[in-house]
Amino acid sequence: MEKIPILKMGPFLLVTIQVDLYDRLALNLESDLIRMVNKMGSRGVLIDISAVNIVDSFMGRILGNIASMSKILDAQTVVVGMQPAVAITLVELGLPLNGVRTALNVEKGMQLLQSMIPPDDGGGDENTEDDTIAD
Amino acid sequence: MALDTIALLQKKKQTILETWIKHQLANDALRDELISNEDGRAQSEELLNAFLDKLRTEARGGSAADDSDHVQDILETVTISRARKGYSPRETGVFIFSFKEAILKALSDEIKNEPVILFEESQKISNKIDVLAIESFETFIKSREEVILRQTDEIAEISTPVIRVWEGILALPIIGTLDSSRTQVVMESLLSQIVETGSEIAILDISGVPAVDSLVAQHLMKTVSATRLMGAECIISGVRPEIAQTIVHLGIDLSGIITKSSLASALKYAFSALRLEVKKISKDVKA
Repeated sequence: MEKIPILKMGPFLLVTIQVDLYDRLALNLESDLIRMVNKMGSRGVLIDISAVNIVDSFMGRILGNIASMSKILDAQTVVVGMQPAVAITLVELGLPLNGVRTALNVEKGMQLLQSMIPPDDGGGDENTEDDTIAD
Repeated sequence: MALDTIALLQKKKQTILETWIKHQLANDALRDELISNEDGRAQSEELLNAFLDKLRTEARGGSAADDSDHVQDILETVTISRARKGYSPRETGVFIFSFKEAILKALSDEIKNEPVILFEESQKISNKIDVLAIESFETFIKSREEVILRQTDEIAEISTPVIRVWEGILALPIIGTLDSSRTQVVMESLLSQIVETGSEIAILDISGVPAVDSLVAQHLMKTVSATRLMGAECIISGVRPEIAQTIVHLGIDLSGIITKSSLASALKYAFSALRLEVKKISKDVKA
């Protein structure tokens, strides 16, 4: 079964979606990500969707869900690299994703996360070395 | 229509043409720069011939379809060329109605001794030309609308420039009314420019938008949301007091959107958001 890797970068988690998300995959990503946030005690989640060209209302909702769930677990979500067509589609679908922070690219997203989280309050379990989620 | 009337009209063709052209010239003598007298004469003659042909075919009981089409075709060409050249509806109207006048005058000159026949024939001719007049007005208005549509397209194409005012700051002055199709063009060009330049702030200047109603406001909010989804911030600037009043009276909630009264203040905000500073260089420092 296809899987989307979740990378740990210090107190943050990085997810790059390189394939077109179908519903099952998106649902798996949602649960994996939330479990990972909980396990690592991460303070921020960065989702790169620059390679995603097609989006539907379900996908939009999943993004919103991830943001709300992370928020409950005290992690900020930043979605980066959204394509213009995807942005227009989401707006036309009536999903402006108000709870989600956005940035132009991964670099700016990282800066945004770092500015949102106090540096001393690093969080994250420093002993955990594995990068992707182990199943 | 009796055949002898038509023969009579045919005989008097030249007189009718002269009278008609005289009427036209009397009415739009000032506008001969739009169409030369020779052209106008040729047009008139062609139309008169076609009209007489049509009358003849109809009087013989033949199917008038082909010939009537011919009259309409000529009339259409004349009307369209007039509409494009910027003739007023009145001038085009005069063209048709002076034709009627000329024919009726020729008729009354010829058969003034038999008022009953004169009345009947005049009535018939008059009806036919009225139909022509209505058709020519439809064509006139249609071709004017085509001109307007073409101009609308042109305006939509040229009126959405995305300007890079500073590194990381884009400005998009919107001139004219915002409708759905225009918003789409604006949104697409803005978003693609954001990707291309990696700008973090987009300023949407609406000082050139004449009025904001709830639909326009909705379009603006869509653009702002889409920009935000891309990871850039969108500021609306150039909000005039009347527009602010309308927005509040309509009960539109713009609280989630940063609005500034002028492009300058929006730029100032953008600078501070990017942690930039504009300073006046004092002479002492330079020396």
